[in-house]
Amino acid sequence: MTASRNVILELRNVSASYDAISVLHDVNITVHGGEVVALLGPNGAGKSTVLKIASALLRPTQGSIRVANHDLTGAPASELARLGVCTIPEGRGIFPNLSVYENLQMAVKKGLTISVIEERAFARFPMLAERRSQLAGTLSGGQQQMLSLARGLATDPVLLMLDEMSMGLAPLVVADLYEQVQTIAAEGVSVLVVEQFARTVLGIADTAVLMSHGRVRFAGNASEVDEATLSGAYLGTQETLN
Amino acid sequence: MQQLVAYTVIGLTTGAIYALASSGLVVTYVTSGVFNIAHGAIGMIAAFSYWQVRFDWGWPAPIALVAILGILCPTLGLAIDRVALRGLAQATEVTRLTATVALMAAFIGTAAWIWPPENRQPFRGFFDGNNVNIFGVNVGWNKIIALIAAIIVALGLRVLLYGTRLGIQMRAVVDDRNLAELNGARPSRIASASWALGASLAGLAGILLAAEVQLNIVPLTLLVINAYAAAIFGRLKSLPLTFIGAMALGLTEAYLLWGQGESWFPKTVSGFSTSGLRQATPTIFLFILLLLLPQAKLRAGAARLRERSVIPQWNTAILGAVVLVVSSIAVTGMLTRSNTIYLVQALIMALAVVSLVPLTGYAGLVSLAPLTFAGIGAVLMSKMPGDGNVLSLIAVVAIVALIGALIALPALRLEGIYLALATGAFALLVSILVFNQGKIFSNGVAEVPPLRIPGVDLSQPRPKAIFLSIAFAIVGLGLVALRRSSLGRRLVAMKDSPLAGATLGMNLVRTKVLAFAISAAIASLAGALDAGKVAPDNYVFDRSLPILLLAIVGGIGSIGGAFFGGMLLGSNAVLASIVPSLSKVTQVMPGLIGLSMGRNPNGASHQVATAFRPVTQHPQSLVIALGGVGALWLLTFLDIISNWGFFAALVVWGLGIVPNLPALANTTGRPRMLCLSIAAAGIGLASFFDDVFDAAPTGGRLLAVIILFVAVGNAIRRVHTPAKPTNKSSPDLVGLVAFTAEELSKSDRDIKVVL
Amino acid sequence: MTALLEVRSVAVRFGGVMALSGVNLDVQEGTITGLIGPNGAGKTTLFNVICGIRQPTSGVILFDDKEINRIPTQKRSSLGIGRTFQRLELFTTLSVFDNVLVAAELAGVDNPHEVAKEQLLLLGLSNLASTIAGELPTGSARLLEVARALAGHPRLLLLDEPASGLDDAETQQLAQLLRRLKSLSITVLLVEHDMSLIMSVCDQIHVLNLGSVIASGTTDQIQHNPDVIDAYLGAAR
Repeated sequence: MTASRNVILELRNVSASYDAISVLHDVNITVHGGEVVALLGPNGAGKSTVLKIASALLRPTQGSIRVANHDLTGAPASELARLGVCTIPEGRGIFPNLSVYENLQMAVKKGLTISVIEERAFARFPMLAERRSQLAGTLSGGQQQMLSLARGLATDPVLLMLDEMSMGLAPLVVADLYEQVQTIAAEGVSVLVVEQFARTVLGIADTAVLMSHGRVRFAGNASEVDEATLSGAYLGTQETLN
Repeated sequence: MQQLVAYTVIGLTTGAIYALASSGLVVTYVTSGVFNIAHGAIGMIAAFSYWQVRFDWGWPAPIALVAILGILCPTLGLAIDRVALRGLAQATEVTRLTATVALMAAFIGTAAWIWPPENRQPFRGFFDGNNVNIFGVNVGWNKIIALIAAIIVALGLRVLLYGTRLGIQMRAVVDDRNLAELNGARPSRIASASWALGASLAGLAGILLAAEVQLNIVPLTLLVINAYAAAIFGRLKSLPLTFIGAMALGLTEAYLLWGQGESWFPKTVSGFSTSGLRQATPTIFLFILLLLLPQAKLRAGAARLRERSVIPQWNTAILGAVVLVVSSIAVTGMLTRSNTIYLVQALIMALAVVSLVPLTGYAGLVSLAPLTFAGIGAVLMSKMPGDGNVLSLIAVVAIVALIGALIALPALRLEGIYLALATGAFALLVSILVFNQGKIFSNGVAEVPPLRIPGVDLSQPRPKAIFLSIAFAIVGLGLVALRRSSLGRRLVAMKDSPLAGATLGMNLVRTKVLAFAISAAIASLAGALDAGKVAPDNYVFDRSLPILLLAIVGGIGSIGGAFFGGMLLGSNAVLASIVPSLSKVTQVMPGLIGLSMGRNPNGASHQVATAFRPVTQHPQSLVIALGGVGALWLLTFLDIISNWGFFAALVVWGLGIVPNLPALANTTGRPRMLCLSIAAAGIGLASFFDDVFDAAPTGGRLLAVIILFVAVGNAIRRVHTPAKPTNKSSPDLVGLVAFTAEELSKSDRDIKVVL
Repeated sequence: MTALLEVRSVAVRFGGVMALSGVNLDVQEGTITGLIGPNGAGKTTLFNVICGIRQPTSGVILFDDKEINRIPTQKRSSLGIGRTFQRLELFTTLSVFDNVLVAAELAGVDNPHEVAKEQLLLLGLSNLASTIAGELPTGSARLLEVARALAGHPRLLLLDEPASGLDDAETQQLAQLLRRLKSLSITVLLVEHDMSLIMSVCDQIHVLNLGSVIASGTTDQIQHNPDVIDAYLGAAR
C-alpha cells in the first residue's frame, strides 16, 4: 500500500438518527490521502448527516468514525478540529458578527500566529485583505464562502469537509469556489465534498459516493457516474440504481 | 446648581453600580443563553461574604476583595454553570429560567440562614467617612470607586471581547456554537469562563451597593431588576447601550430623589402616596422596556417533550376530593388549635400553588406573580362592601380575573423568559406602589372578613380549615373539568406548538389571556379566603418564587402535586415550631429541590418520578425505603441521634440511597457488598453528623450534608453501573502532518486531477 | 378548471437576501401540484407566506379569487387552508386522538369527536388513538400531521416534505392517500424531495430555484426540461 492510499477518514457501518427519525443506515465511506470524494444524492438522502457524523457534531447510533486508523467515535468536535479535520458546515460557515480579521483569528492551531494565518489567507484570497475589518455578515455569499475556506485552510488541515457550498449562490460564483477547492486538493489536502449539484463536483472528484434514502447506493470512480444515472437518481426518471 | 451637581453625581455613581451588574448579566447571557434571575442574588451573597471576612473577621480590604471577587464569586459562577445548569443547554427556556429562580430562592434562604438579621453589623463602604469635594459637593469614596470601577470594567470588557482570543471565541460562540466547536473552540469552557466573570461582576456590584443600602437581602437581590432594565435597554447584547441604560436609570432615580425632597413634588396623587416611586423606578423602567420589545415571532421547532400530559380521570379526582375533605374533618378534630392554624396556612399555600396548574402546567406560561394576585384578592375582599358576603367573593374573583387578563394582554406579545420577567416586574410594582399604601393596608394590616355562611363561623381555625379543603377540592375538580374540556386541550396544544395551533385556527392571544385570567382567579381565592389580619409582607415578590418552584417540583400540571407542594410550604412553619434548629433548612429547601431539577430538562416532576418510579414499582425496595425512614425516626425519638443527625441521615437515605435500591437488589457479588458498605458508611457518618461537625456553622453543615448525599449517591451508582471502557487514543498527529508534507512533495505525480 | 390558489409576484426579503423574488404560480382546484427545487430554493418560505406566518415583502396571494395578504394566520384555516410542517409540529404531550380533536374543535365542526375518529380511520391511525403523539415513530407522526390538517376540512392542503423519514412501504401508503384526497376533491400542494413520489402523484409541477419559478408543467415536461436538470445537477464543468 502506497502512502497515497493511506486512510484519512473512515466511517464504518454508521447508522444515525435524529430523535426517533432514522436517517442513515449502515453507511461506509472512506477518504484516502490526497483524494477528493464527492458525496452526492438528492435532498434528504443523508449527505449532510454524514458530514455531521464525520465532524463529530452528531454521534452515530451505531458504527465508528476512524481518523488515521484511530477510533474517534464520541470525541468532541473540537478535538477533531484540533487534529486537522476541518469542516465548513452548510450555510456559510462564518461568524457574521465578527470581522473578517476576527473570523480568521478563530482558526485555532498551536504554533501559528495570527499574522501567519492572515498572510496565508490573504495570499489565497486577496479580496479578503481589502475587507479585513468588515463584519463577515456583510460580505456577499461568495466572499463569505471564501472566508470560511481561508480560515479552514490557514490551519493546515489534513482533511477538508465541505457541505453544500453552492447553496443559494449564482452558478458563476460556485464555479469559482470549486476552482479554489481544486487548487487546494492539488496541494495534497484530502477533500470530502457534499453537494447537491452533482455535475459541478464530479469534474473535480476522484471518487463519487451516491446516496439516497440514507444508504450508499454507489461508491466508485467518479468518471463511472454518467448523466443518465444522475438525472435518474435526482429526478426519478429511473428507479434508484443499485 | 450645587444640588443639580450633587444629584447628578449620585445618579452617575448609582448608575455605575447598575452598569457593573448588568454588564455581568449580558456577558453570561450572550455566551450561555441563560437568563440568570439569580444574578442579583449572587451579588447579595458576595456582599454578605465580604462583610463576613472584612468586618466580622477583620481581614484587610484588598485581601477580602481578592477572596470574594477573585475566588468565591468565580467559584460560585463555575458551580452554577457546571452543577446547576449543565445538561440544560437543550432544555426549554422555561426550564432554564426555573433553574435560576431556584438558585435565587436557594441563595436568599442561605443568606437569611447564615446571617440572621440580628447578627448583622453595619456595612461600611470603601474609605468610609472620607469624602471628595466635587464642585462643592461632598462625595463618598465608595461612590467614586463605583464610578471608576465601572469605567475600568467597561474598558476591560471592550479589550477582552475585541482584543483577546478568549473574547473573540466568546463572541464566536454567540454567533454559531457548532461552528465555533468545528474550529476547535470548546464552548462549554467558554461558557464557564463567562459565568465566572459574570459572577465576579455581580459580586463587585453587590459589594458597592451594600455600602449604600446595607446588608438587606431583598434590595441586594433585586439589583437584578436594575441590571435587567439596563441589559434589556441594550437588547441583551450591546454593552455600550447597556451602560447608557444603567446611567439613565441611575440618574432618573437620583433626580426623583431630589424631586421628592422639594415642595412642588406631589406627596400624594388622588390619595395615594408617591413615596414608593423612586424605589419602583427600575421596575417601571424594565416594564416599559419589555413592552417596547418587538412582537415575538412564531417560530418553528416544537420542543420534543416526551412527557405525558396526563388527563385526570373523574373517578380518581372525585375520590381525591372526598378523601381530602373527610380527612381534613378528621385531622382537624385531633389537632391543637395552633397546629390547625398551620394547616390553614398550608391550604392557603396549596391554593396559590394550584393556581399555576392551568397557567404553567397546561399552557406552559411562567408567572412570577401568583401571590400578587392573592394579595389583590385579599385587599379587594377587605375593601368590598358586604362584609364577607358570598356575592362579594364572586365579585372579587371576577375582578382579579379581569386584572389578570389585563396584565397578560400587553405582556403577551412577549414569549418565555421575557413574559416571566414582565410578571415579576408587575409583582414588584404592585408590592412597592400599591401594597405599601396606607390607604390599602392601613397601618400595614388589612382585615379580610371571613366568608359569611349561615351556621358556620369561618373565623375559627377548624371550620376555616375544613372550608378551605372544600374550596381546594372544588377548585381541583374545576381544573379536572377544564383539562378535559376543549379549552384545556387548547391550552396544552398551545404549549406544545403555538405554530401548529395558529395554523389550525387558534387565537393565541385569547388563549393566553384566558389562561392568565383563570390562574389569577384561583390565586385570588388564596387571598380572599384567608380571613383575618393580613400584612402586605405575605404577598411580596420573593414569596412567589417558592410557590412556582414547588408547583414545578410537585409536578406542574398535576393537582395532587400542587396540593403536595402547598403542604410542603406550609409544613415549614410546623417543622420550625417542632425542631427549631431545622427551621432554617426549610427556607433553603425549595431552592435546593428546584435546583436538582437542573439535572433533568424534562422538569422536576418527571425527574422525581423517574428517580423514584423503580422504587415504587419494587415492593421490596419500597418497604425498605419506608422502613429506613421509620428506623431513623425511632433513633431520633430514642435520643440516640440528634436532630441534625436525623436530618442528614434522612437526606442521604432518601435522595442518595433509596433511588438506587431496586438496582442494588439486582446487583450481586462484590459490587453489591461495596455499595452496601458505602451506604452504611454514609448513613453512619450522617447519623453522627453532629459529633463530626460540632463546631461548624449551620451553612457549613448544610453544605456537608449535600456533599455527603451527592457523594454517596454517585458512588453507589458508579459501582453498580460501571462505565464502559472507552478507547481514548488519538491519532498520531505528528505522523499525519509528516504524511501530508510527503504528499505535498509528490502531489503532482500522485494525485489524479480530473479536469 | 379554475385556480384555487394564485401566487402573484411574491417576493420575500430576509435582511439582504431575497428568499423569494417575483414568484408566480397557480394551483388548480382538485389537482395535486408538486413544488420542487434544490435546498434553499424558497419552498418552505413560500408555504409560510401562503399560510400567513410570514408577510411577503411584495406581491399578492389570491385564494379562491380573493386577496388574503391581510388575513392573520389563525383565520386562514377557516378559509380552507391546512398545512403540515417539514419539522414535525405535533402537540407532543397530547394523545394522537386529542391532536386531531383539538384541530376539529378549532375548526368549529359540529361533531368534533366524530370528525376526529373519521380522520384517524382515513389515515389508518385508529389503533394508535391513545398513544402520546411525542412517542410516535416518524411515519405515523407524519400521517398524524396530515390527519390533523384534514380535520378542519380544508380545500387546500399544503404538505411540506410528508415523505421524509418514511420507509418505502409508508411512502406507497402516502401516495395512495394523496390519490384518495384528490378523489375527495381536496387540492394538494406538495413539497417533496422524493421524486418518485412527486412523479407518480402530481398533475402539475412547479420548480423553484434561487427564489423564483424556473419551470412549470406536467411530470414529463419537467423531467426533460434542461433548466430543471441544470438546477438540480449544477452547471457542467
